[in-house]
Amino acid sequence: MKLTLSWLKDHLETDATLDQIVQRLTAIGLEVEAVDDKAGLRPFTIAKVLTAEKHPDADKLQVLSVDIGSGSPVQVVCGAPNARAGLIGAFAAPGTYVPGIDTTLSVGNIRGVESRGMMCSERELELSDEHNGIIELPEDAPVGQSYAAWAQLDDPVIEINLTPNHPDATGVYGIARDLAASGLGTLKQPAAPTFQASGECPVDVSLDFGDTPSLCPGFALRLVRDVRNGSSPKWMQQRLMAIGLRPINALVDITNYMTFDQGRPLHVFDAAKVQGDLTVRRARDGETVLALDGREYTLNPEICVIADDNGVESIAGVMGGEHSGCDESTTDVLIESALWEPLNIARTGRSLGIITDARYRFERGVDPEGMVPGLERATELVLELCGGQPTESRVVGYNGYTPKVVTFATTEVKRLTGLDVPGEQSLEIFQRLGFGIEGAGYIVDVSVPSWRPDVDGKADLVEEVMRMVGIDQIASAPLASHDAVNGRILTTLQIRTRNARRALAVRGMMEAVTYSFIPESQAKAFGGGSPSLKLANPIAADMSDMRPSLLPGLIAAAQRNADRGIGDVALFEVSGTYEGNVPDKQRRVAAGLRRGTATLEGSGRHWSGAAKPVGVFDAKADAFAVLEACGAPVYKLQVEAGGPSWYHPGRSGTIKLGPKVVLGTFGEFHPDTLDLLDANGPLAGFEVFVDAIPEPKQKATRTKPKLELSSFQAVKRDFAFVVERDVEAGSISKAALGADKKLIAGVSVFDIFEGAALGEGKKSVAIEVAIQPLDKTLTEEDFEALAAKIVENVGKQTGGVLRG
Amino acid sequence: MDVITNDLQTLEAGVMAEIASASDEASLEAVRVGALGKKGTISEKLKTLGGMSAEERQVQGPAINGLKNRVTEALAARKSELRQVAVTARLAAEKLDVTLPVRQSPAERGRIHPISQVIDEIAAIFGDLGFTIAEGPDIETDHYNFTALNFPEGHPAREMHDTFFFQPDEKGERKLLRTHTSPVQIRTMETQQPPIRIVIPGKTYRQDSDATHSPMFHQVEGLVVDKSANIANLKWVLEEFCKAFFEVPSVTMRFRPSFFPFTEPSMEVDIQCDRSRPGEVRFGEGSDWMEILGCGMVHPNVLRAGGLDPDEYQGFAWGMGIDRIAMLKYGMPDLRAFFDADVRWLQHYGFRPLDMPTLFGGLST
Repeated sequence: MKLTLSWLKDHLETDATLDQIVQRLTAIGLEVEAVDDKAGLRPFTIAKVLTAEKHPDADKLQVLSVDIGSGSPVQVVCGAPNARAGLIGAFAAPGTYVPGIDTTLSVGNIRGVESRGMMCSERELELSDEHNGIIELPEDAPVGQSYAAWAQLDDPVIEINLTPNHPDATGVYGIARDLAASGLGTLKQPAAPTFQASGECPVDVSLDFGDTPSLCPGFALRLVRDVRNGSSPKWMQQRLMAIGLRPINALVDITNYMTFDQGRPLHVFDAAKVQGDLTVRRARDGETVLALDGREYTLNPEICVIADDNGVESIAGVMGGEHSGCDESTTDVLIESALWEPLNIARTGRSLGIITDARYRFERGVDPEGMVPGLERATELVLELCGGQPTESRVVGYNGYTPKVVTFATTEVKRLTGLDVPGEQSLEIFQRLGFGIEGAGYIVDVSVPSWRPDVDGKADLVEEVMRMVGIDQIASAPLASHDAVNGRILTTLQIRTRNARRALAVRGMMEAVTYSFIPESQAKAFGGGSPSLKLANPIAADMSDMRPSLLPGLIAAAQRNADRGIGDVALFEVSGTYEGNVPDKQRRVAAGLRRGTATLEGSGRHWSGAAKPVGVFDAKADAFAVLEACGAPVYKLQVEAGGPSWYHPGRSGTIKLGPKVVLGTFGEFHPDTLDLLDANGPLAGFEVFVDAIPEPKQKATRTKPKLELSSFQAVKRDFAFVVERDVEAGSISKAALGADKKLIAGVSVFDIFEGAALGEGKKSVAIEVAIQPLDKTLTEEDFEALAAKIVENVGKQTGGVLRG
Repeated sequence: MDVITNDLQTLEAGVMAEIASASDEASLEAVRVGALGKKGTISEKLKTLGGMSAEERQVQGPAINGLKNRVTEALAARKSELRQVAVTARLAAEKLDVTLPVRQSPAERGRIHPISQVIDEIAAIFGDLGFTIAEGPDIETDHYNFTALNFPEGHPAREMHDTFFFQPDEKGERKLLRTHTSPVQIRTMETQQPPIRIVIPGKTYRQDSDATHSPMFHQVEGLVVDKSANIANLKWVLEEFCKAFFEVPSVTMRFRPSFFPFTEPSMEVDIQCDRSRPGEVRFGEGSDWMEILGCGMVHPNVLRAGGLDPDEYQGFAWGMGIDRIAMLKYGMPDLRAFFDADVRWLQHYGFRPLDMPTLFGGLST
C-alpha cells in the first residue's frame, strides 16, 4: 500500500512531521517499508533559456545561455531538439545527481565548449519515460526556484507493508483513521455527496448462483449518462503517478483513486458496450475473457464473473474485461461497487496469476458498509470531472452489517501485556477506532465496526489497545526463575544426536545438511519410494521422495565435491529418515561417508606415507565410534557379514544387538548403486540408527564399579591358525576367548595371511592372547594347558589348526 | 734409582701412551687386558710380590699397586671420553629435518555444521532459563500444522502454492511437510500440563526456492504457557536471548504490531544494528533495523486446540529462522550454501568439534 503525505493530509489534520508519521505508522502495525522523500529532486531548479546558438563544432548541439536566477547566466551545451531561446525548463547544476542517467554532473567540455550544467528531460528526472526533449514549463514558472516544489513533485511517498488483518488500511482514509486514533492528529470527516440522481438505472443486475453458495454478498450499480471522458486533472494524475499508477482516463483514474483513497475498488463499464442486463454468476467451464491486461483467461466455475448478453464482461473483484472498458469515446458509464467473497477472490487471483489492486483489497475483505457510500463518492467524482446525469443506484444482494459483539473486561489488557492501561483509556481507544461500547464498569460489550473483520475476540481488542498505546510502553519483566540449579534439559535421543555429531567430527569428518527429499530412483534403490512418502507437489522432479537413508544425499554431496576437484572428502549427517508418514516412522540416523583416501589419519600423499584408499573397515570404525559415543553396549554387539542391497555384498556388515535389533550397517557400495547415483569411488559409508540404541539403565548412584587390579604380571601369547578362507576372524577370537573367560583378558587379531604355501582356499589368522593371572603366578604347565585349550576351542569351533 | 723402579716407570709410560692413543672402546679394552688382564704386564708385576722379601715388598708393593690404580683411573677416564665422542657422533648421524610437516589431527579437520552449532548455542541459552528442547515430526497432518494453529480454511498457506503435500491416503487424509515448527506447540500442550517452557528447533519446508529461500530450512520456536506469562515477559526473554546469542552487552529491539494466525496480539521484532560494513552486521550499535523474529501471545484458539482453557492459562510464543540468525551472527551470505555440503564452505564456516557452546565458557570463544 502506497500513499503520499499530502494525500494523507487530505484526511488527517496534523502538525506531525514526515518522520513522526512514519514512526507512528510502524508503531501501530502499519509497517513502513520505504519512504521516498523526493529529496533527490530538490536540486533541480527552474531556469530560462536566454539564447540558443548552434554549437560551432556539432550539428545537433546548441550552446545555451541559461538564466538560473543567480543573476549571471551560465553556458550549457544541449542536444535537445526543443531547446530554444525563451524556453523555461528544469536545470541541474554541476554536482547534481541526475537519477535517470545515474550520473553526478561535473563541469563538462563538449567538443571544445564548456558546459556548466544540464537542462533535463522528464526521463532524466525519472518522472516519466519522456525523452524526446527537455521539460517545458509555463511562462509563469518562477526562475531560480525548486522545480519539484513548484510542480508539487516533492510530495513524499510512503510505502506500507500491510499485514493481511488490516483491510481497513488499504485506503488512505483508513490509515488516517488509525493515526488519528493513536493521537497523531484529527480525522477529517468527508462531506456527504450532494448530487441529484434521477431515473432508474436501466441496466438490471441479478445474482445467479443456482444452488451453489453465493460469491457476491452485495452489488451496487449506477449509470451516468453524457460524460466527457478526457484526462483526469493534474492533481489526481500526480497522486496516481506518485504511487506508481499510470493515468489512463478520468473514469478509470477515478476508480483507481477510490481504490487507494477509500480502499474501495470499483469498476466502470462503457454502457454502450454492455448488452442487456448484468448477471453475476460462476463462470462456465472453459469460458474465456479478454481482460484489461490484454491477456485472455480461461475460466471455470470456481471463478465469479459479471456477464451480459455478450458473455463475460469482468472477472469479479479481480480484473475488468477489455471489451466493455472505458475509453475517451465513452459517454455513458456504468459504475459498479460490489462485495466479493474474499477466499474466492484469493483463489481466483492465484489460479489465474493476476495481481491487482482490487484483488489485494477484496481478498482481505472490503468494508461492506462502504459499498453504497463508495458508489456515491465515485459518482460525485465522475460528475465533478466528467459531468453527466446520474441515475438512481441499483443495490442487490446486500443484507446490511450486523456487528460482532465482544464482551470485554478492561483488565484483560494488563493480563496479556503486563501494561497497566486505565479502563477508560482503553474504551476511548476503541471509540476512536470506531468500535461501539455498551455498558459501564470494567466489563463492557464492544461492537466491532464493519471495516475490521479481523477482530473477533478479547485478545484482538487487547492488541488494539496495545498498538495505540505503544508496545514500547511495555517494560520488559523477567520470567520467573525456577529458583534452582537447572537439571539436564536434553532427552537421551537429543544427547546422543549431539554426541554422534561431535564424535564423527572428531574423526575428521565434516557435517553436511542435505535435503530430506531425494529422487525417486534413489529412494527406491535405498529401500524407500513408497507412495505415502512421495510429494504431490515437489519443487523439482529430483526432490520427489522422502529419503529412506542419509547415504544417497551424502554420496551425491561427495560426488559434487569430487567434481569440483576435491576427491578426498569425509562427510557425515545426523538427521531424520522416513520409513512411513507417521511420527514414529521418522528415524534418527547418523550416517557417514568417506571418499578417496579420506581416512582417519588424513588423506592424500604425505612424506611419511600416502593415505590408503578408504574401505569397509574405515566405515566400520566410524560406525563403532558413533555407537560408543551414544553409549551403546558395544561389548554385546554382533557384526554379521553382509548389509542391505546397496552395499557390496562381500564388503559390508550389519551391526546387531541380539538377533533382532539392527543398530547399524556399514560397507563399501555395490557398483549398481554407484552407477545409479552417477558416483565413483573409492567410497565407504555407514548408517547408525541412533533411535534404536536402548535407553541406559537408571542407576541409583553415579559410583563406578570397584577397580580390581591384579598384582601378577600380565602375559601375552601369540597363536597363528590356518583356517578356510571364509572363516570369520571374529569367530576365532571368540573361540579363543572362550578357552578361559577368567584368565584371558582379551584377544586381538594382528595378522591375516593368504598364500600358496597354506593351500588352496586357506588363510592364516594370527592372534595375540592377553592372559592376566589373578591369584598366582602361572607356571609353564599352566600356560601349556591354557594354550592347548585355546587350540582345541579354535579347532572345534572354526576348524582351524595351529600353523606349523 | 734402582733397576726395578726404572722398569716400572717405563711400563707406566708405555701403558699410559697406549691408553691415550686408543681410538675406540674396543682398542681401549685391549690395552686394559694387556695391562691388567690375567697375564697383563701389571698383573705379572703384582704376581712377583709373592717372591719378594718383606723389606723389598714394603717398597715394591705400594709402587706396583700405585701403578695399577693410576692405570685403572686412566682407563676409566679414557673410556668416558671415548663414549662421549661416540654419543656425539651417533646423535649427529640421527639428526632429522623437524621442519617436515606432520598430519593434522582429525579433531582439527572435522567440522560441525553451523546449523548444529547454533542449535547448541540456543539450547545453552534457553537451558539456563529453564526451558527444555522439544522436537516433532517433519511429516505432519493438516490438523497440527494448520487447523489447531488457527489457520482458517482457505488460508493461502494451506494451498499447494506454499506447502508440500503428500498424495491423499485411502481415508482421503493428505499429510504434509510442516511449514513451521509450531505443530510441536500443540503436541506438547496435549501431553504436558503447564507450566510449559520449551524451545523447538527443527527442519521446516516451504514451496520456495531462490537466493534467499530454500525449500528446506530450519526454525526455532519458543513456547511459554502458565498462568501469568505476558508480553512484558516475552520482551525480556527475547532481549536476553538476543544479547546472549549475539554476544553483545546490550541490544535495542523494536516490537511492531503484526499478524500471525496463531498469536494475538502478534508482533514482529526488529533489532537495531549497524550494516555499514560490507558482509557484516553489528548488533547493539548503528541505526539500521533488521527484522529478526515474529512473536505474540498464544491465540486463545490455539490454547483450546491444545486442550487448555484460555481464561485460565496464557502464554507467549516466538519463532525465528535458525539459518537466518546463523547467517547474521557469522556473516554467511548465501542460504543455499548451507545445503550444498561444499567442503570448502564447511571448512570455513563450520565449527571445530571440541568447540562446544556453553554459557560458562562463552558460546563461541
